[in-house]
Amino acid sequence: MTVKIPTPSAPPSPHEAVKEASMLKQKEMIARNYELLTGTAENGRKVVSTFVPGNLNELVMCFDMLNNLPEINAIQNGMKKLSGGYIEEAEKRGHSEDVCTYVKADLGMMAKGNLAPNGKPLPRPDLLLLSYTGCFTFMKWFELLREQYKCPTVMLHVPYQGDGHATQNMRDYIVKQLKDEVIPALERASGVKFDIDRLREYLRESARAEDDLVRVLESAKRKPSPIDAYFGGVFYIGPIFTAFRGTPDATEYYRLLRAEVDERVRRGLGPVTPEGDMKSQRYRLVVEGPPNWTSFREFWKMFYDEGAVVVASSYTKVGGLYDRGFRHDPDHPLESLADYCLGVYTNHNLPQRVALLEQYMREYEADGLLINSIKSCNSFSAGQLMIMREIEKRTGKPGAFIETDLVDPRYFSAANVKNRLESYFQMIDQKRQTATAA
Amino acid sequence: MNCYIGIDLGSTTTKSVVMDDGGQVLGRGITNSRSNYDTAAAVSKQEALIDARFTLLRRGLEGAPSLKGKVDAFLGDLERHFRHVQFLEQLDDLEQTARRNGRGLRFAGQEQALGEALGEVFRRLREESEALFAPGARRRSDFFRDIAGSRFMALAEPLCKEAGLSFDLMLNVYDKSIIEVENRPPSGAMQGKFLRALELALGAGGGAGDAVAHPVRAALEIPLEEAYVVGTGYGRVRLPFPKEHIRSEILCHGLGAHIMYDGTRTVLDIGGQDTKAIQVDKEGIVENFQMNDRCAAGTGRYLGYVADEMKMGLHELGPLAMKATKTLRINSTCTVFAGAELRDRLALGDKREDILAGLHRAIILRAMSIISRSGGIRDQFTFTGGVAKNEAAVRELRKLVKENYGDVTININPDSIYTGALGGAAFARRAVQA
Repeated sequence: MTVKIPTPSAPPSPHEAVKEASMLKQKEMIARNYELLTGTAENGRKVVSTFVPGNLNELVMCFDMLNNLPEINAIQNGMKKLSGGYIEEAEKRGHSEDVCTYVKADLGMMAKGNLAPNGKPLPRPDLLLLSYTGCFTFMKWFELLREQYKCPTVMLHVPYQGDGHATQNMRDYIVKQLKDEVIPALERASGVKFDIDRLREYLRESARAEDDLVRVLESAKRKPSPIDAYFGGVFYIGPIFTAFRGTPDATEYYRLLRAEVDERVRRGLGPVTPEGDMKSQRYRLVVEGPPNWTSFREFWKMFYDEGAVVVASSYTKVGGLYDRGFRHDPDHPLESLADYCLGVYTNHNLPQRVALLEQYMREYEADGLLINSIKSCNSFSAGQLMIMREIEKRTGKPGAFIETDLVDPRYFSAANVKNRLESYFQMIDQKRQTATAA
Repeated sequence: MNCYIGIDLGSTTTKSVVMDDGGQVLGRGITNSRSNYDTAAAVSKQEALIDARFTLLRRGLEGAPSLKGKVDAFLGDLERHFRHVQFLEQLDDLEQTARRNGRGLRFAGQEQALGEALGEVFRRLREESEALFAPGARRRSDFFRDIAGSRFMALAEPLCKEAGLSFDLMLNVYDKSIIEVENRPPSGAMQGKFLRALELALGAGGGAGDAVAHPVRAALEIPLEEAYVVGTGYGRVRLPFPKEHIRSEILCHGLGAHIMYDGTRTVLDIGGQDTKAIQVDKEGIVENFQMNDRCAAGTGRYLGYVADEMKMGLHELGPLAMKATKTLRINSTCTVFAGAELRDRLALGDKREDILAGLHRAIILRAMSIISRSGGIRDQFTFTGGVAKNEAAVRELRKLVKENYGDVTININPDSIYTGALGGAAFARRAVQA
């Protein structure tokens, strides 16, 4: 079902986006979570701050704690055009221009009152839970937060898949840390005793939602694709990547989403964009790298206006590669959390990333690979040009490279990005024409 | 006859190329981009059509026995007169506009004095224009704004002093007026100007008479039909064309370079605000490209900034750098930092030419890095854009190409500034003929 806000019959103005029921559901979930987070003085809930890749939401919920994700706050602030001011504030306080802009947006936000999107201050965390899954900056970020909050910190060290695979040894190592370090730290912070059966329940709920998410992501194999797996995809992964995995709310969200996508398939419709259904699909792309958040709609428009649809993306795998078969498993709760952390995209080495992108190129019958290289994200950016060349070589499809940033508005040059994208699309056209002629 | 037109709206200049049915270039036109792309496109297109007309005249006159061996001289004469007629027409427009802008409340009490001064400045400008367009005279620029502007300032200042008028006031009127004149679409009537120029040329040359006038009139009567126009460059979205008439400048540059040199596999274009490295296949189809996009360091604008800092003309930089006895190392490719480094070096007593050699090397090093990101240099290598006209930049490029890629054929066309427009014209021709 398509619902337009605020007037169902009027065509959307450039400022009001077309929304579907699942979008409204997610919006309401996020709003409720921020109300809970900013209401801890009244509701007495304890708070964990943690990150998206390797997010242990089910475990956090076992202790009745709330999950606050600084990355998500930075993204929210990026989309609300607040991150620029926050970043300047952080730079004023001595953080270099080259530091990850999520970090600076977060620190700047704290310096300016730490206000959540509902306008109320976010609580001090009772525990900083760091699942280290490939991004070194996370460690430094929490170091800064610990300094600020003087609260307990616990780190789950997830070994990097440097050799391209996870071993039993790695898995045991993570499970041991969960038992010896993480769970006791959560118990201390919350005063709640760990109950493994409660964890199993949540994991069972997670797996249901994960099935539906995969179904949605894989719908992009169809032509036309009923979804955009990057610009739409970042919303689809929202609940599972954040504070909702393992909740009935998330399961309900994915049930709604799946029904909507099934309906779009049945009606032969393309993805919903902020300006309504995408009409023609001339280019099918695989995208590597996170999106730009400060000019998100402008960025997306550059694609749908040209008939470019993203059929698969690596960014939507930073919180787990469910489409490659991983499911949270109630029968092996701690082991499955270990496998989850080991398998997230940020913990993959370069050859694994190349292999995954190549599979996507083939499975989703893409016309090319586009890399959005993020200025302030070394974890993602290192090696991307090599990735592009390798994919070009293996698939014979053209690649393209654009450069933007996560939440620093100064590094999004619309004219340049548009110029590159249009050139790229025309290049694909030209290649097609020569292929047909030959 | 059918004409296929490509227009490249760059950040500094706007270029047009007119192509005929057979793919031959008939004419090229260039103008400054101003802040008004519509007018820039119209002016450059008109200039290209004027140039095309000269090509037709040449074709017509090549058979005229009385001009045997003198076609070039005659056409040179004709063009000189044509430009002069055109200049006087624009000067009239500027004068009327300035007189209009010199009236009103702000000028209360001074209107008459201002009007008289303007009249005198323009009288002298007209008088001087004879010499400006005399045989063998060299003009620093062919853009009306440049020619009229510098002389206007020079003439107006002493006149204002004499009349007890504020020079700033006069400048203000000029600035406002030149913008209006530049942004007015060009007047279409070329025929009349050509005939007037013909009269003048015949009068001056004497004797040739009908034997020349006849083929000239015949060439002037060939209709130039715009069969298809393709726009490219940064201003392309501003062009009043449907979307299918717009091509990315990457594709246009790739194809344009291929048309100029069909062995081209790698293209480097250093323009006013970006540097592009493009890889093309044997048909001129783009395979890969890279460009600067977070920062304009190392683009043509860098040299423009350096020229301003050194109080030199952009075209004087290259020749001075060629006189260097050593190349100083300039670390920063940041335009603004390079300015600081430049002043620092000057303060330390380094020679201007040596510093300039270093700055040219810095810009080329930056380009080399973009090239390597696009996949490196393959034989043949074609260098285009405004910076390709700079001999010092070219010298550094040759050195660095040799060091990094060995013996590679390097193509630099004197008309390389038209590469994008040429590709655009070829796309226009393909759109109709395909």
